Amino acid sequence: MTPAGTLAPAAATTLTPAATLPLIVATPLLGAAFLVAAGRRMPRRAAETAGTVFAAATAVLALSVLLRGTSGDVPGARAVEWLGGRHPHGGAGVGIVLVGDRIGVGLAAVTSLLVVAVLAYSWRYFDEPPHRQAGTFPALVLIFQAGMCGFALTGDLFNAFVFFELMGVVAYALTGYRVEEKRAVQGALTFGVVNSLGGYATLLGVGLLYGRTGELGFAQIGARLAAHPTGSSGGGPDFLVLTAFVLVLTGLLVKAAAVPFHFWLPDAHAVAPTPVCMLLSGVMVELGVYGTARVYWTIFAGPGGIPTADAHRLLLTLGTLTAVVGALMCWQQRHLKRLLAFSTVAHTGLFLVGLAVMTPEGTGGTALYVLAHAGVKAALFAAMGILLDRFRSVDEHELHGRGRELPLVGVVCAVGGLALAGLPPFGTGLGKAVTEEAAGGWQAALFVVVSAVTGGAVLRAVARVFLGLGVRPEAAGQAEARTDETSGKDEEPETAGPLSRIPDTMLAVPVVLLAGALAVGVVPGLHAAVGRAADAFLDRAGYTAAVLHTPPAASVPTPGPHWSAAGVALGLLSAALACLLARWAVRHTGPTRQTRWAAPVRRLHSGHIGDYVAFILAGMALVAALLLPSVH
Amino acid sequence: MSVLPYLVAGWIFLIGCYGLATSRNLIHAVGCLAVCQASTYVLLLAVGYRDGGTAPVFSDLRPGARPVVDPVVQALTLTDVVVGATVTALLLALVVQVGKRHGTVNPDELSELRG
Repeated sequence: MTPAGTLAPAAATTLTPAATLPLIVATPLLGAAFLVAAGRRMPRRAAETAGTVFAAATAVLALSVLLRGTSGDVPGARAVEWLGGRHPHGGAGVGIVLVGDRIGVGLAAVTSLLVVAVLAYSWRYFDEPPHRQAGTFPALVLIFQAGMCGFALTGDLFNAFVFFELMGVVAYALTGYRVEEKRAVQGALTFGVVNSLGGYATLLGVGLLYGRTGELGFAQIGARLAAHPTGSSGGGPDFLVLTAFVLVLTGLLVKAAAVPFHFWLPDAHAVAPTPVCMLLSGVMVELGVYGTARVYWTIFAGPGGIPTADAHRLLLTLGTLTAVVGALMCWQQRHLKRLLAFSTVAHTGLFLVGLAVMTPEGTGGTALYVLAHAGVKAALFAAMGILLDRFRSVDEHELHGRGRELPLVGVVCAVGGLALAGLPPFGTGLGKAVTEEAAGGWQAALFVVVSAVTGGAVLRAVARVFLGLGVRPEAAGQAEARTDETSGKDEEPETAGPLSRIPDTMLAVPVVLLAGALAVGVVPGLHAAVGRAADAFLDRAGYTAAVLHTPPAASVPTPGPHWSAAGVALGLLSAALACLLARWAVRHTGPTRQTRWAAPVRRLHSGHIGDYVAFILAGMALVAALLLPSVH
Repeated sequence: MSVLPYLVAGWIFLIGCYGLATSRNLIHAVGCLAVCQASTYVLLLAVGYRDGGTAPVFSDLRPGARPVVDPVVQALTLTDVVVGATVTALLLALVVQVGKRHGTVNPDELSELRG
């Protein structure tokens, strides 16, 4: 029934790492095809088991590539696979290439592991599977997995667009999976229109780059741009390359939810089924950040591309704006899933600031941060899903004190909130500490404050929902509905009816995910590997050499991320600050009293597709303006 | 090579965005998204155009006999058309559901998700 599951261990010993790469994309696709073909005749339990087995087999394949080193014993090197054996001849070719360096394969592995967790979580979820089709949900999740793994592994710009759209389309369908829900269909539609528009902008950029260089591969385009630097003095980009960069970046920044491209994210994440939220917030948004960095470092980092100083200015500005707006909006939310969605926006901003450091240290720290954040954020969403299915609500005020009967869920949320704030020894704390150290100055303060505010918002919700602290909303007599915010009341549970007892899998998954985030912080071997991975990621010459089979240049390894005294201190400071913020909020602010000065920013999140499209155009103009000084 | 097709592609993209931003009907908005996508077809085909070139079909053409337009961008455009058909179909299906659940397809009247 599940050939890939039984083949995977045998295949791992006979296949070279390069030959394994296509299987990482193909296995989930085969699984999805199998479920669509056979799902009609399968009982629900069998379909879900098959889906989990295919996802787990993919995870095994990705991990096997990681553990064996991506290409023999050369440190930091990459596995390169030309699909169908279509190698380039004499520097020219139309073949499609998959490139597995540690960051790419690592992301594919994290994605696959999270998909396994999500399928296990939804095992008892959706007590009403769609009529006739038990395999629909696992099949869609597997296609989503294939799109994300393909995006992480591809070495070809047009293929990146195709995988981008593949994961996009499946994500829209999964977001609107419960078509009876008013909010779900609206959120899915906004998500679809905004992301597709971004994707088309990316394709325009791909077309312009092809017109200039006649190539579609990352390495090939980069090599051609470097070989014929435009402009009289060489070095910087000309107007066409700049336009192409802005267009390509637009789609990736929409996916990464950088302000002002982020408006779709809270609308989609607040309404998607909880298992889907875990994937959207845990890895899909981060893949947008990955794509931005990958495209910059492989194509535009060389001569004829965008100079480092200009890219630094762009990423730092966007990242700071995103982190501040995300943290501000996160603090204002009472809809708990929306609160977590805005915390994802805030953390994406921090990731962009981390990439803006432009050194292996900053990139390695960001990679660890992304890795641990995926576990923490998915665990928090999983816990919110339990609340939703138990109480038919994810509203902080309505749930006041009602969480007392679920102490374990409360502990998961509290630990997740502290981890989000960067408490050592969680991986989020280490990633944050290393990135802070690399960025330094006011950016370190930004990391502390933003992570403390998002963690504090979660802790505030924990204090109200699970401990029943603060003023009861009814007692305060302020139960009237406000028109300018999304409450979490009257949500339909995603199971057949409200749960009377929480299934073990739904509790075990968030606990395991948090343990994973903890492991990211304490396993030293992983830190060394991430350090080498970051070196390789920023090594444009090495990437080009590996793809085009030219002799690689030697590179000096940077030490991997590690705990330092200052890092631990700053992590403890963030966590303490988060606790203080939560305490202050519960004591001193009424349940529905809103900060007036934040109202203008809240009003921008209007839920209107037209507004969001206008903001995308404004964002493109902002990106172009930030890069304009680099043009010759 | 004329710069006109590139200007046309840019104009189509922007007019599609204008339509999206001012749309009063979600079906119209999905149509505008398809207009935006049409700009990518125009741009890709313009990139592959060669003066005096013919279709890259070699059944009745000796290789090298006369210039042909770039077949790579035509393959990209075909892929793009497939992507576009999928996206448009899915979005229209979602609009149908929005119409059923909200009783309107005017984005100004959808007020479930705010702040």
